[in-house]
Amino acid sequence: MSMDVRAIPGGPADASRPPRPLVEFWYHFRRNKGAVAGLAVILIIATVAVLAPWIAPHDPLVQNRAAILQPPVWHDGGSWSYVLGTDDIGRDILSRVIHGARLSMLVGLIVVTLSLAVGLTLGMVSGFFGGVVDVAIMRLIDIMLAMPSLLLAVVVAAILGPGLFNAMLSVAIVVVPHYARLIRAAVLAEVSKDYVIASRVAGAGPLRLMLVTILPNCMAPLIVQATLGFSTAILDAAALGFLGLGAQPPTPEWGTMLASSLQFLQRAPWVVTWPGVAILVTVLAFNLLGDGLRDALDPKLKR
Amino acid sequence: MALLDIRNLSVEFTTRAGTFRAVDGIDLTVDEGEVVGIVGESGSGKSVTSLAVMGLIPEPGRVVADRLSFAGRDLRSISGSERRRIVGKDIAMVFQEPMTSLNPCFTVGFQIMEALKVHEGLTGRALRDRTVELLDQVGIPAPESRLRAFPHQLSGGMNQRVMIAMAIACNPRLLIADEPTTALDVTIQKQILDLLARLQRERGMALILITHDMGVVAETARRVAVMYAGQVVETRPAADLFERPRHPYTAALLDALPERAVGRRRLPTIPGVVPGIADRPGGCLFNPRCRFTATRCCGLRPELEPDDTGATRCFFPLPAHREVTP
Amino acid sequence: MPPPPRCGAAAIRLPFPIPYPPMLRFLLTRAGLVVPTFLGITVLAFFLIRLVPGDPIEVRVGERGIAPERLAELRHAMGLDQPLWKQYADYLGNVLTGDFGVSLVTRNAVIDEFLSLFPATIELAAAAILFAVVVGLPAGVLAAVRRGSVVDHTVMGLSLTGYSMPIFWWGLLLILLFSVNLGWTPVSGRLDLLYYVEPETGFMLIDTLLAGDTDAFRSALRHLVLPAVVLGTIPLAVIARMTRSAMLEVLGEDYIRTARAKGLREKRVIGLHALRNALIPVVTVIGLQAGTLLGGAILTETIFSWPGIGKWLVESINRRDYPALQGGILLIATTVIAVNLLVDLLYGVLNPRIRHAR
Ligand SMILES: Nc1ncnc2c1ncn2[C@@H]1O[C@H](COP(=O)(O)OP(=O)(O)OP(=O)(O)O)[C@@H](O)[C@H]1O
Ligand SMILES: [Mg+2]
Repeated sequence: MSMDVRAIPGGPADASRPPRPLVEFWYHFRRNKGAVAGLAVILIIATVAVLAPWIAPHDPLVQNRAAILQPPVWHDGGSWSYVLGTDDIGRDILSRVIHGARLSMLVGLIVVTLSLAVGLTLGMVSGFFGGVVDVAIMRLIDIMLAMPSLLLAVVVAAILGPGLFNAMLSVAIVVVPHYARLIRAAVLAEVSKDYVIASRVAGAGPLRLMLVTILPNCMAPLIVQATLGFSTAILDAAALGFLGLGAQPPTPEWGTMLASSLQFLQRAPWVVTWPGVAILVTVLAFNLLGDGLRDALDPKLKR
Repeated sequence: MALLDIRNLSVEFTTRAGTFRAVDGIDLTVDEGEVVGIVGESGSGKSVTSLAVMGLIPEPGRVVADRLSFAGRDLRSISGSERRRIVGKDIAMVFQEPMTSLNPCFTVGFQIMEALKVHEGLTGRALRDRTVELLDQVGIPAPESRLRAFPHQLSGGMNQRVMIAMAIACNPRLLIADEPTTALDVTIQKQILDLLARLQRERGMALILITHDMGVVAETARRVAVMYAGQVVETRPAADLFERPRHPYTAALLDALPERAVGRRRLPTIPGVVPGIADRPGGCLFNPRCRFTATRCCGLRPELEPDDTGATRCFFPLPAHREVTP
Repeated sequence: MPPPPRCGAAAIRLPFPIPYPPMLRFLLTRAGLVVPTFLGITVLAFFLIRLVPGDPIEVRVGERGIAPERLAELRHAMGLDQPLWKQYADYLGNVLTGDFGVSLVTRNAVIDEFLSLFPATIELAAAAILFAVVVGLPAGVLAAVRRGSVVDHTVMGLSLTGYSMPIFWWGLLLILLFSVNLGWTPVSGRLDLLYYVEPETGFMLIDTLLAGDTDAFRSALRHLVLPAVVLGTIPLAVIARMTRSAMLEVLGEDYIRTARAKGLREKRVIGLHALRNALIPVVTVIGLQAGTLLGGAILTETIFSWPGIGKWLVESINRRDYPALQGGILLIATTVIAVNLLVDLLYGVLNPRIRHAR
């Protein structure tokens, strides 16, 4: 039943060697094929995003009036010049999807950074100081969580006005409560442990305690949440784009592309297919990675 | 013919570290109406043995035996539905942890009636009356009203009584009680054991009483098997075993009994623990903890050798007359 | 991956002890928590709309412009010259008496518009959750029972895909396949124009049955299927995963071994003894899907032109109908809170340890 991990031949932590967290993490992570696949896909998408201007065959905004709604290369009438076909005003779909990767990765990065920063602050303060501050912050969070997150994002985006940046901002605001709550729980779990008390006794100030002593010890759930946060951010930003509240045409954002191709659903399904596939694959990759990270980082679930 | 007949039973679990023999070639027979005690420390394979008899070894576990028969039926080759007709009816089991062994979502009445419904086909009034009667027999006060109680509303001792009522519901010919008192308070322990002994006498059913308490066995069992690391190391009639243990492990267990330690300042204990999956020694499995280990014990594994009253698995069994331990 | 568990509830202590029955105490504690949350939501709804650049009146008159004295007059009439807290108090008073304002576009009371469209959304959401439970629960149980098998991996892979699905695109794909290519289901709306049924309850399935028109009922059903599948996809994924992990945990419990030791059939052991216990966390998760459903309704209703709250909200946004938006979010949030309270109740009913404290 209870079998010691150390007993595994070639296992991560032979008793003779000191534990190496990174090695051990990689050992567990590698066994999860889905997570490794997710990581690989993310690396590919990230590379594509960085290199977009150089690898995209066309300018995503240039219209070719001679090639309107041209099907992908494997259909009749497709050509190698437009591998995934063209949209209603003759723009290359492949190039737009490639540039869309740029935007989506950027959205993920900015949203996660913003919400992480705010959530971290709120959660730390709430968990560390407790009392009235804690109650106030937790109430606020409860209130935000009582709203369906997409609804809240839509409303905030509507108020801020449409645009990619505002969409990012509203998605970031909406996910803050999740981070705050997570951090607070982690801080509460750590704050009473001996090492924190020890450094408090040693005269560490609250800021130092929070950032240097406690934070590194609640990294694991944070990393997982941040990874999953990427997928939420990309999905919600695309949804806002689809509703006309996110990036505006002609920006090659995946959700926006879908919205502006709705009327061609019957005539030219490929216009609709590829941006959606891109969203699905990216989001799935981040979810796979997040799940894998959780399993590899969380000692309780390690087996 | 013996009611339960086990020859060379082994149970293996395949884990990532390799194959682990939790039970290693044990023999055991139980006659109709007989009380057999199985003793041994934690981890010696007592529960796994009884689960193997019940056919309840969880998935990757593998059960092999030369013979595993109950009332003449071969339990190894039996079909699922045939087994279900025996298990829960003719063989019943009481588990170690009364608080977690009952389903928290159903009333105790429901859980007892379920067995009666499945095996005896009782319904309605008869079912209810029989259940109340059972609860009464196991000494639960106000049985009528307890039918609708949930396990979390009862104490551990009460829950164990419910478990016993459930087990004896269909008049089993063999009851396996797997450390029925380990999780209970000392005062309750005695009551539960007395209850089991009484029920056994009244109904004439065979009882396998598993425990790691030698004292409990002394009071109830006619015959005792001592298990260590998945093997039977000594077996003989209770009286002989207590009088003249031959295996050093049995002797050590007996020495650890408080009533045998009168006059000593400290209770003698056996240093170390039962070897687990990773640390099974070569030779005799008990050699790292034995006071009498010789070179031979570390190289060869002893067989269970029959003697005048039973059998011992030791190269150097203790002499028939016990020396006084220092 | 499932939504983070709600906490905080357990920590609240009532200032006075409430004796038996425990179920009532449990409920009162939960209900007590709802009041501050509801107040908080009114604050949020009140101030969110204030964040819209420009004065409500300027927003209302838009480009046309307005004379300064007329502006002052209107401001006074609407109470906008009052201090903010006073304005909020008035707003709260109105809300509590059921006055959620008037739509700028249609001039109807927001609450009336909401209530007339709400049944459509409920019908859709109910169908979606039904689909999600009917498929997700057995799938999760199967995955747990066959842990590590091909079935398990397939169920888990599909559910993670479903969880990652951009449902607005998923809806389009299904329309493309089932409506455009196969012609099995209609593309939009709730009922063919051929039929007319008197809206008695607002639930099309019920209304068509009440009217005794089975053809209309069939049409309503065909309209409902695709949107319900789309809206139910993410809840389905969450339910399947949650069911699997709850079942895995329960299947390792001692009482399952006891059930087997009684000689019960495997079907009964899993379908009754294990599932009954696994259902407790699963029901909580199902309840938490209320928010996902109402949020997803915004997208689903837009794609399928489903005349419900989601589509109405998007239209209100596009028409800059801020009172409608304000009323809408408040009412939706209230619905979510109510559903969560209901789920808490169900949780209490399902869990004997809460229903019958010792
Ligand atoms: N399902 C299983 N998989 C792997 N190993 C197992 C399994 N069940 C039991 N074991 C191992 O088999 C050995 C014997 O266990 P068993 O439960 O029979 O001991 P026991 O004598 O009943 O002890 P206790 O007095 O604690 O009940 C233990 O080392 C245990 O870890
Ligand atoms: Mg045991």
